[in-house]
Amino acid sequence: MYAQEVKTDGKGVKARDQMTKQELAFQDRIDAFEKIEPKDWMPDAYRQTLIRQIGQHGHSEIVGQLPEGNWITRAPTLERKAILLAKVQDEAGHGLYLYCAAETLGVSRDDLTRDLLSGKMKYSSIFNYPTLNWADMGAVGWLVDGAAIVNQVALQRTSYGPYSRAMVRICKEESFHARQGFDIMMKMCAGSADQKKMAQDALNRMWYPALMMFGPPDKDSVHSAQSMAWKIKVMTNDEGRQKFVNQTVPQIEYLGLELPDKTIKQDAKTTHYSYSQPDWAEFFAVISGNGPCNIDRMAARNKAWDDGAWVREGLMAHAQKSRIAAE
Amino acid sequence: MDPLFQLLLRMGDNTLVLGHRVSEWCGHAPVLEEDIALANTALDLIGQTQMWLGLAGEMENKGRSADDIAFLRDIWDFRNLLLLELPNGDFGQTLMRQFLFDAWHSIQLGHLINSSDPRVAAIAEKAAKEVAYHVERSADTVVGLGDGTDESHARMQAALDYLWPYVGEMFQSDAADLALVKQGIAPNPASLRGDFDALTRRVLAQATLTIPQDNYAQKGGKTGARHTEHLGHILCQMQWLQRAYPGETW
Repeated sequence: MYAQEVKTDGKGVKARDQMTKQELAFQDRIDAFEKIEPKDWMPDAYRQTLIRQIGQHGHSEIVGQLPEGNWITRAPTLERKAILLAKVQDEAGHGLYLYCAAETLGVSRDDLTRDLLSGKMKYSSIFNYPTLNWADMGAVGWLVDGAAIVNQVALQRTSYGPYSRAMVRICKEESFHARQGFDIMMKMCAGSADQKKMAQDALNRMWYPALMMFGPPDKDSVHSAQSMAWKIKVMTNDEGRQKFVNQTVPQIEYLGLELPDKTIKQDAKTTHYSYSQPDWAEFFAVISGNGPCNIDRMAARNKAWDDGAWVREGLMAHAQKSRIAAE
Repeated sequence: MDPLFQLLLRMGDNTLVLGHRVSEWCGHAPVLEEDIALANTALDLIGQTQMWLGLAGEMENKGRSADDIAFLRDIWDFRNLLLLELPNGDFGQTLMRQFLFDAWHSIQLGHLINSSDPRVAAIAEKAAKEVAYHVERSADTVVGLGDGTDESHARMQAALDYLWPYVGEMFQSDAADLALVKQGIAPNPASLRGDFDALTRRVLAQATLTIPQDNYAQKGGKTGARHTEHLGHILCQMQWLQRAYPGETW
């Protein structure tokens, strides 16, 4: 998931007898699966939670360009290079839709950008891991986009209309991303010993970070209850993670790779796969800024923004001159 | 070298090398819309590379694919313009290089659409549609930044001054070019200068930029005789995987 540990304001979920009349009417609309639209009344905490979640989701798309951009100039074939370019372009486009969705809540793209660059707002922990060999481009598509899809498919049912509609469009492109990632893995696994080694290495490094994308276990996820009550979140962290593990383990077996977690076992009755939890201490270290790439990712984004200041100012000045000339 | 093969390498290496340079911007652009536009431009260029180098391989008939040609040749076999292998510099330099190339590219493709070789004409027709958009965007950006703030103006003028010595190479004709003219396959490069000057003069005037007086031309890219030092570094990145793990499919 591209939004993790999204904070909600207030002190837990209000009981119906504590709600104002307006809040009750709002909750009834949510419970009836109605979509909330930008001009509708909404509790301030609902608005703020959404801004954080959609903003974090948008930031993840933007920062997410970097680990894949890392391989465009080194892609092994022209076709792979073109696919990767198309994918990274899609991600920037997703960032754009999401920022637009956030803007319907009364925040500007510049505000969100400023908060990302100052470190006040977060992006998904997954993009603080490095992409070290070509198979990482496969693993990112297959595992990272695969995990994102599990959540984003669910988010098509989220209660806020613009966010839900953005997800419909994004999901279509993401499924292409996941498929191209798996295609890279299939090629690598059917290739030489070196290529298979790359594939295994990428899987081993990406597996637990991919599981972390769903956020901490439900019992430790302090902000989930209110988001679930408002249907901003429509699936719990553990539900999403289980779904992802269930769909991914047979794919690992199909590829002929070794399971990155030796404890994975299928329960005959539920058909669910049991698995080991990621190192949650590492997860909290990564989201608080101590992941392997946090410093580089933020430095790259800040440099892009700072170096681009003269470009934005120049284009604005020209637009202003053209407006005056036209009057 | 067969003149047509030479032309295909020149076209395909131009788009390959510029596509590489433009894709270096991925995730680092001044504004999100530019990230999208740069990735889109690079994507078009790589797509065109597949077509030009694919046809080059077919024509040569030695079993080389577009990938083999792109990733398994050394510097002396590359036939791209020197302009395109120069480092990106700042965003202004990248867009000025793009504009100067797009201006030439759009005119060149406009002629190749009428090539006597139907395969060349077909590729040119597809590429021309994309390049018409490229030149519109790069010209608009050059105008916006040239006629923006004092700083953006100064940076665009510096970019133009730096890149100008690499413009003349586009219009140099050699024996291969003249053979292609004879067969009606491609225009004489020298004959494109008038249209190029008209287009660039108009745009650069709107951008309030001054075209340098000195028309001395650096050359050696399109003949392969003497590339800049930069191309070797591009190839180190672009061809590393294919050479470290030879013969693999990806």
